[in-house]
Amino acid sequence: MAAGSAPKGMCRISDRMLLLVAGLIYLFLYAPIAIVIFFSFNSAKSTQNFAGFSTKWYGELLRDQTILDAFYNSLFVGVAATAIATVIGTLTALALSRNEFRGKTFADSGIYAATVMPEIVVGVSLLVFFVAAGVGLGITTIVIAHVAFTISFVTIVVRARLSGMDRSIEEAAQDLGANPVQTFLRVTLPLILPGVMAGALLAFTLSFDDFVITFFVSGVGSSTLPLKIYSMLKFGVTPVINALSTVVVLVTLVIILGASRFLGRDEAREVRRATEE
Amino acid sequence: MRGQKSGWSLGLAGLLAPVTLWLGLFFLVPLLLILAYSFGTSGVYGGITLGFNPSNYLKVFDPLYLEIVVRTFVIAAINTLICLLLGYPLAYFIAFKGGRWKTILILMVMVPFWTSFLIRAYAWVVILNGNGVANKTLQFLGITDGPVNLIFTPGAVTLGMAYAYLPFMILPLYAALEKFDPRLKEAAQDLGASKWHTFWRITFPLSMPGVIAGSILVFIPSAGEFVIPNLLGGSRTVLIGNLVQQQFLQARDWAFGSALAMMLAALLLAAILFYVRHVGTDKLEGV
Repeated sequence: MAAGSAPKGMCRISDRMLLLVAGLIYLFLYAPIAIVIFFSFNSAKSTQNFAGFSTKWYGELLRDQTILDAFYNSLFVGVAATAIATVIGTLTALALSRNEFRGKTFADSGIYAATVMPEIVVGVSLLVFFVAAGVGLGITTIVIAHVAFTISFVTIVVRARLSGMDRSIEEAAQDLGANPVQTFLRVTLPLILPGVMAGALLAFTLSFDDFVITFFVSGVGSSTLPLKIYSMLKFGVTPVINALSTVVVLVTLVIILGASRFLGRDEAREVRRATEE
Repeated sequence: MRGQKSGWSLGLAGLLAPVTLWLGLFFLVPLLLILAYSFGTSGVYGGITLGFNPSNYLKVFDPLYLEIVVRTFVIAAINTLICLLLGYPLAYFIAFKGGRWKTILILMVMVPFWTSFLIRAYAWVVILNGNGVANKTLQFLGITDGPVNLIFTPGAVTLGMAYAYLPFMILPLYAALEKFDPRLKEAAQDLGASKWHTFWRITFPLSMPGVIAGSILVFIPSAGEFVIPNLLGGSRTVLIGNLVQQQFLQARDWAFGSALAMMLAALLLAAILFYVRHVGTDKLEGV
């Protein structure tokens, strides 16, 4: 038994090392954001010395009309893009999860290509496309671009939900005389609704936070919050940027936590599995 | 179920029509357009003449641009390695030691993943700038006497990228490790393998799909990165992404810019083919 206890002791030391390393990596992931949030409450104009607690920079946000405009733009783009992408993404998920057809591999590849294509490539190609098509850059082009890059994410999430669904319930509805539309609205949709909601929330976050693609397809006077933060940064680091960043981070946090509630433990695993395999 | 052979039906076509239209028109056509532009010739005033002109691609070998291309790949490769070294222990910890905290621990990786990319890069501007937290800490620890130049260096760019892309590495690694059957480890150890041996001969090879997927998901976007070098880098850290941005927004040499963008897209294609060949599926971790 002595031989058995030695590795066990070693095991504990290596386990503690692993715990320490994991803790440090979590610290690395969260400390930078925490520092930004911390300095947004600094009463001094400095981002180096904390002079005292104050919320005056948040007041400054509300007084700056260009920031408010950017916020409304972000909100409008997010809601519009999410609505369109959620409908299209859900239809796509329905088509892909329950049908075997020629060209399915191509459709699958297209969906995944859209999620992994470097954003700068998507951004410049859309810029070239809009200019060639004679479409003026503005809020509309931003919405079009955001729909294009969020559809795939909605599809992946809803598809994960569909794959865990028992089809016999739908068959029962049809046996009882429901037509396909009734079956969808009364049976399928309520069952996949959590997946649809989670997909919509993720689409909104992606849209709300996007910088690169928006940077290339926005026109004069169609600034979103990330674009506004970027242009403010050109004039140096200020507590106002920290306050604005804190607001954006909190919006994202609330939405992601909301999405993770809709996306139950099983579905979250299902999403990961569906996207991994 | 009607069209037995191809599997197509009117309903299916209806379901797929919107996505085909939207991604066809606003994803595929734009990509084909820059493919065509990449072989065109840019006019003096910014116009473009289509044709078959390979000079935009050959321009990459101009020493001026080659330096940027090489630097980009070196930084992207270093970043991938750092993310792997940091991400693996954490993914391993969550998958094997997470117990009932697993869901929360992985959610804690996903929260930064979904947090605004720009703000996560900006956070490092706050930390690294002249008299920021990093310099204060170094002076407090007595490592440096006065403020040292930390920002606008290749090191700052690499750090910012590692921070930005670490979750992209952890999630597929975790997905691969979570499927791992712990009995395999027990079997190896029962047969006399040491912990170290078990890891390198059993656990690590079985997590290869995650390692490859994570590496692709980190390397590809780092190679196209332009926000982080803009915020944290200086003139010595211009990357391909910055060059693309310049060609489209300032120099207005769209033909050259398109060729550079096509190279990034080709890199992605090569990475996906590599993944399919070595892992054997046609799908990549997207969320």
